[in-house]
Amino acid sequence: MKGLRTLAQLIKGETATISSFSDDTLALKLIEMGCIPGEKITLQHVAPLGCPYAFEVNGTLVSIRKSEAQFVLISK
Amino acid sequence: MLNTDLFSTLQQNFSSKEQIKIALIGNPNCGKSTLFNALTGLHQKTGNYPGVTVDKKTGVCKAQNPVTKQMQWFRLIDLPGTYSLFPKSLDEQVSFSVLMDDKNVDYPDIILIVVDSSNLKRHLLLATQLIDLGRPCILVLNMIDAAEANGIEIDVNKLAELAQVPVVSCDARHEQGVENVKNTFFAFAQNVKPQQGLINIQAIVNKDYAESVHRFVNQTSVYASLLKQRSNIEKDEKLNAYNKKFFTGFESRDMLFRFEKIKKISLDCVNYTSVRKDLKATDKLDRFTTHPFWGFVIFILVLFLIFQSIFYLAEFPMQWIETGFSFLTQKTREILPDNFFTSLLTNGILAGLSGIVVFVPQIALLFGFISLLEDSGYMARVSFIMDKLMRKVGLNGRSVIPLISGMACAVPAIMSTRTISNKKERLVTILITPLMSCSARLPVYTLLIGIMVPSNYRLGFFDVKGLLLTALYLLGIIVAIGVAAVLKYILKTKERSFFMMELPVYRIPQLKTVLLTMFDKVKVFLFDAGKVIMVISVILWFLTSYGPSKEFTAIDKNYTESLTKANTGSLKQELTTAMETQKLQSSYAGHLGKIIEPAIRPLGFDWKIGISLITSIAAREVFVGTMATLYQSRDKEDNLSIRQKMMQEKDPITGKLVYNFAVCLSLLMFYAFAMQCMSTLAVVKRETNSYKWPIVQFVYMSALAYFASLLVYQIFK
Repeated sequence: MKGLRTLAQLIKGETATISSFSDDTLALKLIEMGCIPGEKITLQHVAPLGCPYAFEVNGTLVSIRKSEAQFVLISK
Repeated sequence: MLNTDLFSTLQQNFSSKEQIKIALIGNPNCGKSTLFNALTGLHQKTGNYPGVTVDKKTGVCKAQNPVTKQMQWFRLIDLPGTYSLFPKSLDEQVSFSVLMDDKNVDYPDIILIVVDSSNLKRHLLLATQLIDLGRPCILVLNMIDAAEANGIEIDVNKLAELAQVPVVSCDARHEQGVENVKNTFFAFAQNVKPQQGLINIQAIVNKDYAESVHRFVNQTSVYASLLKQRSNIEKDEKLNAYNKKFFTGFESRDMLFRFEKIKKISLDCVNYTSVRKDLKATDKLDRFTTHPFWGFVIFILVLFLIFQSIFYLAEFPMQWIETGFSFLTQKTREILPDNFFTSLLTNGILAGLSGIVVFVPQIALLFGFISLLEDSGYMARVSFIMDKLMRKVGLNGRSVIPLISGMACAVPAIMSTRTISNKKERLVTILITPLMSCSARLPVYTLLIGIMVPSNYRLGFFDVKGLLLTALYLLGIIVAIGVAAVLKYILKTKERSFFMMELPVYRIPQLKTVLLTMFDKVKVFLFDAGKVIMVISVILWFLTSYGPSKEFTAIDKNYTESLTKANTGSLKQELTTAMETQKLQSSYAGHLGKIIEPAIRPLGFDWKIGISLITSIAAREVFVGTMATLYQSRDKEDNLSIRQKMMQEKDPITGKLVYNFAVCLSLLMFYAFAMQCMSTLAVVKRETNSYKWPIVQFVYMSALAYFASLLVYQIFK
């Protein structure tokens, strides 16, 4: 599908809305950390070597590896 | 058990003044342990859950019933941080089984749910799950100060009404409202009705299925029965085959419905009056701490500070301990008659005790610093910036601190690996940490380098001795990383490596937390690892002070005669030293040295070095002391005189110098890699909860040492 982006493609400072997950096990962990579909998520920091990322979601800063972020689908 | 019975039994327990069990549970970073410390103070102890290396913290507290004014004892347990009742890590599994298994000794009467008030929405997820178990629960709104400071107003009464459980707010960090928390325990001394479920179970699972499971599993609520069933089927293939389909998507439906409910609840009782200040401040700091350049500069500075402190600050108390013990040993020898028991007491038990206690300053300091880093929130940033680098060799961002601390001492370093949640990554870190050059190697290195390199020998700008020492430190780091890379492929794990974690907002660390951590870790080391160290120490004492009785009586006979004849003090001293040397040579350890000689010959070692290799299993620096005894150096503290004696030592057959360049280099390699430290082995045994890993570690490091020594000796001889 065109226009379908993942959390891994966000650029620093950008905000998006979580739409769904494409990995079940990861989805559970992400939801527990507050990454709930429908919530706004912002890429705040990128680790010095390009990975992991730090996102702000629901008032919490969550660190997620790039490989994990690609399972989170987002919309503008 | 019916949940109405549960509540009435609890009420009876209050009136009969029986001890009541309370479990503290909450998400990581909710301040649960701070509240636990505030409630129990020093009336707490740390152990392990059976079969796993997860810290089990329990304690007691006394509180006065605000109505009857009677005192009541409570037994508290601090459960590992948990995000939900769908356990994924070992920690979460432990919390789940304590909470859900009514046969568990720690099965709580009251569940104390601790949440971070400034992060209420997310923390309420676990809270609503717990409330739906239908058991006596109290909701503690911790960090209420942080919520207030950030413009978050919570209507406590309204929340209690909606959540159907007693709600109390507090600020455990500053010990505000802790008494109120205690008073709330007594809510269950009255007649309390069990709460109803917060979410509609039918929306997340088939209704008929849920009912039949509840009839069969019979927990305190339908939801509790479902959770129990879910965990049962994960362990049982047959059960799984039939039940699995009912649980497809159960967890995510459950959580999403809960978040819907939580949104509604918070609309009714939470009011946001301003933007969050703490997140802004944290963000500003993080721009430095996660910066591509400054991030590493800050990290290296922090490490440098910690490393230097452990190295230098610990030096003084360690010296006091050593002096204290040698004074004690001397006095004991003077007072007690010279026999088996005195020898056991002084050379076995006191030596062992001193070997244990001497680690206390380093352990206390390292854990003081680690606790500071954890408590302030910086530790999470260290993992964040180091993760990618460490992942390449199968480690985790959290492995950095243990590895660096290993340069001071592997014992506290290995104890600090508990912060690594992935089992495999933790194990690899434990296995490679002793390869880092610890401070006990320093005396050995200095002695050997001193023999190898003529003083003032310079290579251009640099002092060769210093260069060699630096090279040895680097060698340790490189080999450790190499071994990690190899272990990455050897060790198999089913556990997926996740890195998802919270980067908590920065906070000023609390002195109480830091001190309690230090106290706790020292206690654990003294009592758990201490036992093993003591046993090995006594065995080594026996091996070095006893030998075949014929030989020993002969030596005794020989020297008693000449000792009685000796008329000057210095002569007596000389004879005693000579006797000690001969005794060591004919002791069991001496015989062992001779037995292993053929095996260590290819490394360039003779049987005297063999004896030192055996005795320094106790600790690496023992090498120096043993050498002093073997070469009849009267002054054991004087590195110089041992060095001179060793430098003059000639092979009785060939007449060549024993400690030539190749032998010294070979010995250096041996001490760089060999697992010559019983305390580390004891700690590894405790931390991995098995004898397998310390043995694996001992074998692989000895093999590494052997072949490295063999290689350099054969090249340079």
